[in-house]
Amino acid sequence: MNWAVIFEPQNLALFGTGIVTTLTLLLSSLAVGAVMALAFALALTGPWAPLRWLVGAYTYFIRGTPLLIQVYLIYYGLGQLEWIQARWDSVWPWTHFKEPFFCALLAFSLNTAGYTAEMLAGAIRETSAGEIEAAQAYGMGRWQLMARVVLPSALRRTLPAYSNEVVMMLQSTSLASAVPSLIDVTGAASRIYSDYYLPFEAYLSAAAIYLVASFCLIGLFKFAEGRLLAYLAPRKS
Amino acid sequence: MNAYYLAILQGAVLTVGVSLSALLVAMVLGLAGAGAKLSGRPVLVALATSYTTVIRGVPELVLMLLIFYGGTIGLNHLLEALGSEATVDINPFVAGVLTIGFIYGAYMTETFRGAILAIPKGQIEAAMAFGMGRTQAFLRITAPQMVRYALPGFTNNWLVLIKATALVSLIGLQEMTYLAKQASAATRSPFEFFLFTAALFLIYTTVSLLVLRRINARYSLGTQRGRLQ
Repeated sequence: MNWAVIFEPQNLALFGTGIVTTLTLLLSSLAVGAVMALAFALALTGPWAPLRWLVGAYTYFIRGTPLLIQVYLIYYGLGQLEWIQARWDSVWPWTHFKEPFFCALLAFSLNTAGYTAEMLAGAIRETSAGEIEAAQAYGMGRWQLMARVVLPSALRRTLPAYSNEVVMMLQSTSLASAVPSLIDVTGAASRIYSDYYLPFEAYLSAAAIYLVASFCLIGLFKFAEGRLLAYLAPRKS
Repeated sequence: MNAYYLAILQGAVLTVGVSLSALLVAMVLGLAGAGAKLSGRPVLVALATSYTTVIRGVPELVLMLLIFYGGTIGLNHLLEALGSEATVDINPFVAGVLTIGFIYGAYMTETFRGAILAIPKGQIEAAMAFGMGRTQAFLRITAPQMVRYALPGFTNNWLVLIKATALVSLIGLQEMTYLAKQASAATRSPFEFFLFTAALFLIYTTVSLLVLRRINARYSLGTQRGRLQ
């Protein structure tokens, strides 16, 4: 074992860059994914059947195929389409398809959106009938009912399942290292492995970083659950 | 062009092989882990708890690279220390199966533990009163009922495990994802090949889901369910 190598300044800096990339990827894909998931969940529980099938097919595809293939489809696959090739040199949104970071971010966002949408749709469907009837009795329309009664409680009830999804997503960002030239924590470890031929030290350090990050996320969610779901806890007599 | 699709289809056989072998490893580890956690012996409980905690907090890819690259070097150092001249290469199939099995063993531990706890204690006591030993009680009373309680969690774990096998391509096992990547590099048409591979994965997960649903129906025979209006 040669741990001194890990603590050399340039290697610590490499891990530092990796941590920044991993966290940036995680937070931005979660943010983009959450917005998409909300829209998808509303479509899944909505009254319009074709939209329901379309979003259902989307989540079915996302949840039934490996994330690695989804990353490859976006990073290698989309570049093959002539329609995108004609645009990615000059036309604005398409210029990003040449950047590895953007491709990884897009793949991760689409992925987490698929999983989160199904969770959220489940929570919306599970809203107790009495609450909805009460809201209707007050004369609320569909959107008002959604915004004031169903969503505030459904979003909270999704929290325990969502915390799992966030930890899974943290681990999924390690696939970013499968996209060349992107240095996340796993990518940094692979770089150190190939520079010094020290697999144990490199990958154990990466594992420790992920472990600490997972624990921090779990702790954060436990705290949030304690506060936001307090009304669902058994009443103390 | 068609030769590439054929090669990917042959890679699918390897994907099925990796996933089923890994499932076997995971189930053995899961039963052992659940047994350790429920044994009540502090050392075993601590060991099993650290196993499930650490494994579930570290990405599969990192563990796989650690076991594959680290394992190779570790084994060679060991051989060197023993005075042997030989060098070994870890087979990517073995590394993949062991890593995926080791990881999902941690998830199976939790699933099986929950399933065992769901069986009423009185049944085990009754079995003991009939003079059954621990093994016999497990095989005749616990195991058949455990299946029903474990199946929902098991189904989830299995679907995630199938998708995790795509990662084995990154340590050089020539399963579908690896072959699809090679085919797309050779033909410059990645879209078709990755979509084809995705479709094969989709078929695999869908078929598993249907089969597990039938098994679930079989093991739920005779159980009552409350009906909501």
